[in-house]
Amino acid sequence: MTAPLLQIRDVVRRFGVRRGVFAPRRTLTAVAGVSLDLPRGEVLGLVGESGCGKSTLARIVLGLDKPTEGEVLIDGRPVASLHRLERSRLVQPVFQDPYSSLNPRRSVEAIIGQPLLVHGEGTPAERRDRVAEMLGLVGLGPRHAAAYPSQLSGGQRQRVAIARALILRPALVVCDEPTSALDVSVQAQILNLLMELRARLGLSYLFISHNLAVVQLVASRVAVMYLGRVVEEGDPETVLRTPAHPYTRALLASVLQPRPGRGLPDPQLAGSFPNPLEPPSGCAFHPRCPLAVPRCAAERPGLDPATGEHRAACHFAALAET
Amino acid sequence: MSVTAPSLPAVRRRPGRWLGNPGFVVAAVVLGAILLMAVLAPLVAPFDPYEQVLDRRMLPPGFVDAERASPAHLLGTDNLGRDYLSRLIYGARISLLIGFFTMLVSGVIGTVLGVAAGYFGGRVDAVVSFLVTTRLSLPVVMVALAVVAVVGGSLQVVVLVLGLLLWDRFAVVMRSATMQLRGLDYVLAARAIGSSTPRILLTELLPNLASSLVVVASYEMAQAILLEAALSFLGLGVQPPLPSWGLMVAEAREFMLFEPWMIVLPGIAICVLVLAINLLGDGIRDATAPEGRA
Ligand SMILES: Nc1ncnc2c1ncn2[C@@H]1O[C@H](COP(=O)(O)OP(=O)(O)O)[C@@H](O)[C@H]1O
Ligand SMILES: [Mg+2]
Repeated sequence: MTAPLLQIRDVVRRFGVRRGVFAPRRTLTAVAGVSLDLPRGEVLGLVGESGCGKSTLARIVLGLDKPTEGEVLIDGRPVASLHRLERSRLVQPVFQDPYSSLNPRRSVEAIIGQPLLVHGEGTPAERRDRVAEMLGLVGLGPRHAAAYPSQLSGGQRQRVAIARALILRPALVVCDEPTSALDVSVQAQILNLLMELRARLGLSYLFISHNLAVVQLVASRVAVMYLGRVVEEGDPETVLRTPAHPYTRALLASVLQPRPGRGLPDPQLAGSFPNPLEPPSGCAFHPRCPLAVPRCAAERPGLDPATGEHRAACHFAALAET
Repeated sequence: MSVTAPSLPAVRRRPGRWLGNPGFVVAAVVLGAILLMAVLAPLVAPFDPYEQVLDRRMLPPGFVDAERASPAHLLGTDNLGRDYLSRLIYGARISLLIGFFTMLVSGVIGTVLGVAAGYFGGRVDAVVSFLVTTRLSLPVVMVALAVVAVVGGSLQVVVLVLGLLLWDRFAVVMRSATMQLRGLDYVLAARAIGSSTPRILLTELLPNLASSLVVVASYEMAQAILLEAALSFLGLGVQPPLPSWGLMVAEAREFMLFEPWMIVLPGIAICVLVLAINLLGDGIRDATAPEGRA
């Protein structure tokens, strides 16, 4: 068996934060020890509420931020110590907000061609050809080349961002909520485009979303994050059909409509997302958990296999499986 | 491919954004005229600004006193019989030169410090913030006066002293503007595609800082012109017989009660130039700011 394309090894990222000039410095743990693998050619869906550390993890995978502890390997090589040019051929981002991810002062052609320019690839004419090819690949026309971002719709901008990410032919693309800032009608188009390009170019995606339905559609593996930790991981079929963690069940209940004959959905999430500066003791989910017992506040459950490849960090994971 | 792109919305007409602002248009015309006058001074000025004609001293302009006025001297003559209009025209050269070069010196210092502080943060930011605080604790006019008093006044000294004193606003504005841009995804994307830090600063950040830069630059240029006038007025700036507007105000001071026009004319010139520069800066900012979410 070949090594996974992306290996996230016990990654921890802490930020020192202070509220005012004289306030004491405090530590915020945005990512609290995440290990995940992404086999080549697959899509790893990462879900979790806003603020649980998904984007922080994404920046670390992209090599744009250094982990406090742990490391990220892409193709067996540690991203943090790669040269920027080498790193950028391995992994590229597609960000959430196409309104802020494109430099408003550059034309579409300049934006998509910029990676080639930075890498000193080709003559201006060759670069123009490559850009034209990419424009076609993402469903834009040659007449968009001279446009500026302000003249494009959200969906078109996201296509430009995708073209920029793919022009260097990276093996891995980190999509950080690539559709959440778009109109609902456009979301499906961009998802389809991403999936089509993955098949065509043999890409692997780390696909981040707070929307389980989206992840279910695209992912070949799912990891659910809560407050900086992965609480459940497995293939989408299993995780979404028989979730082993109460948090996953609550997330599912919030997207699925109750249907007759399917029984009552789990209760919606009680309480609010905890303050990451003061994480709850034990299992971080226990204050909101319908199953919580005193043990949950005292002892943090490990990410144990519930069955085979399906893992969940809950004292009652095995129970839920039955 | 599943989707063909819909047609582009019409390109926003850029000239409309420039010409739609009457303040900007007036300022541009006025400033253009002053600039042209300064550059073409030898051709435009009716007399040599240094030529003294002692039997034609303090002739008022025609609109002040038609009887005493001489038709040759449109704006009269000063106490040494030099043509006032010619001196005002040559004075524009001095104001513009000092304003421009001071702005250049302070702009380079302040922008480098501010962008570095905003982009790198941490220790760099702490050092720059300390420098700004130090600079702000120095009273500009006092320091300028002291230095000029010691070194002696000249065009170069005034430019250098003011340039080394007026960079704080550049630094503060560039710092906060850079901090805002630094967190934007297009800067992250630029790092992700492998751009070097200098390339990011010069090609991603600076073009987007340009509109705030223009506003500060215009403000500081106007400020430098005012300060030069003040220094010259106090006798510590540009030295006579150079026709600086500030110097002209100073020289007219003695005759203020009997010939108030002598002080009013260079005063108006300073006001008009400063106002025009500020309006131009605002206009450029409004017209070049990138459009937000359309
Ligand atoms: N540069 C930073 N400094 C301090 N705190 C940060 C920083 N970046 C992220 N955080 C904190 O880390 C947590 C996780 O943020 P993020 O990764 O953006 O979450 P998500 O993408 O899942 O919404 C949040 O509480 C956020 O406030
Ligand atoms: Mg996020």
